[in-house]
Amino acid sequence: MKRVAGALLPAAVMVGLLVAWEVLVRVAEIPHYTLPAPSLVLQTLWANAASLAGSWWFTLKITFGALALAVAGGVLVASVFALSRPLERAFLPVAVMLQVTPVVAVAPLILIYVESTTAALLMCTWITAFFPILSNTVLGLRAADPGHRDLFRLYRATPWQRLRLLLVPTALPYFAAGLKISGGLSLIGAVTAEMVAGAAGRETGLASRILEASFRTETPKMFAALVLLVLTGVAIFWLFDRLSRAMLGRWHPIGSAR
Amino acid sequence: MTKGAIVHQPRALPACGTLAAMPPVPDPLISLSSVDKRFPSGTVALQAASLEVRAGEFVSLLGPSGCGKSTVLRLVAGLDQPTDGRVDAPAWRAPGEARTGFVFQDATLLPWADVFDNVWLPLRLSGVSRGDAAPRIGTLLASMGLDGFAHAMPSELSGGMRMRAAIARARVTGPEVLLMDEPFAALDEITRQRLNDELLDAWQAEPMAVMFVTHSVVEAVFLSQRVLVMGARPGRVVDEVEIDAPHPRPPGFRTSPRFAELCRRLSASLEAAMAARVA
Repeated sequence: MKRVAGALLPAAVMVGLLVAWEVLVRVAEIPHYTLPAPSLVLQTLWANAASLAGSWWFTLKITFGALALAVAGGVLVASVFALSRPLERAFLPVAVMLQVTPVVAVAPLILIYVESTTAALLMCTWITAFFPILSNTVLGLRAADPGHRDLFRLYRATPWQRLRLLLVPTALPYFAAGLKISGGLSLIGAVTAEMVAGAAGRETGLASRILEASFRTETPKMFAALVLLVLTGVAIFWLFDRLSRAMLGRWHPIGSAR
Repeated sequence: MTKGAIVHQPRALPACGTLAAMPPVPDPLISLSSVDKRFPSGTVALQAASLEVRAGEFVSLLGPSGCGKSTVLRLVAGLDQPTDGRVDAPAWRAPGEARTGFVFQDATLLPWADVFDNVWLPLRLSGVSRGDAAPRIGTLLASMGLDGFAHAMPSELSGGMRMRAAIARARVTGPEVLLMDEPFAALDEITRQRLNDELLDAWQAEPMAVMFVTHSVVEAVFLSQRVLVMGARPGRVVDEVEIDAPHPRPPGFRTSPRFAELCRRLSASLEAAMAARVA
């Protein structure tokens, strides 16, 4: 009963907001190029389904491609940092610089140096998604309980045993938290990068659809693309939330059903 | 390795004349001879600390906090190096043979592994497969009242059950030495007494030397054959009391006059040790 009520309340708020929007547009007779009603947005979404789906798929590929590279790079660099403090001290500033530089600012440069637009977009997105994975994983690899460390020393565990049976399980919740942040960030990165690149043509993503529609004052189409982006973002968040619960299983409070 | 730490001590041969006259004294399994332990921060945990523990003996280390009781255990386990002096123990003579078990103040179970996997860990680290370890783990869990809990997660267990699992883990390799660092300090009195009984049962089922750190006089008297009283600043053994009561403990031992007398004797010694520190 409580669960149903818990799901019902946010849904009711959503529906209420949409109805209020629809009523406002109709009563105040707001022209559709200023603010389209939700019903019109839905119609536009349906009418342009084919072209939007292609763009959506492209944006999704960039998002997950860059995220996969960020996970691989982040975990690799984190392992090196966790093994060697001097290396961490030497290279952390570079990682921080990557993190603090806005993608919008470096994207034009990357577009000059990298010929393939897809590769440039991947790189920009990677920059936004990389750091949360790196810093969380480094933290996690160092978080092992001193008592557990003593235990592994007492039984003369090999470095490989220590990594597999102690450090990786300890780091997992930290990594999962980083992944949840980076999942959302990589979608934002993918869209931002494409906005800056201003790419046109067949192989383009949702950002290009929004830009196009904006040039032609096709406001309903802008909203339609936006709706797709929001839904994708929510789906990605949900996916990684589920994934982290599954990864952490029963042992961590985040993973428990209670 | 630090210069003072001599791993293998040659055994001293007794002179021929005295050998026949005296009963054979077994070589100590564990010995600390004038051990100093200073930490990089400058804290002196132990100064000229000496003690011996024979194979199969149950010895308690009793003392105020900060007297270096835990440091003694860590030295015996090979987890720390002495700054000066000699430490001789199985963990030093045969490193990597898992002949030393350690029960820490917290249960320190791996929270992501169930009871079975936690108890398996020491064997797993020395290359014993799950299947080969299963019979030993099964017997051990059953003897410690943990049967039916093999697949429970640590977070699902009470404090007492967690500590039982930690003791099972320390015993799984069949160690010669069991080191226990105030293992029952955080438990309620009833659970504590039951675990004391169970520990003595375990000790009599599988002979091993136990070094038990506690700040409870009652616990030390109930469990041990011998109690070493430690004083602080500098940390060292200041008194030694033999507990001349049989194992298994006779019924009603906890309430007997002899028990009370031993407790008084130890309390006085402990107070003297603490007074010496203030002076």
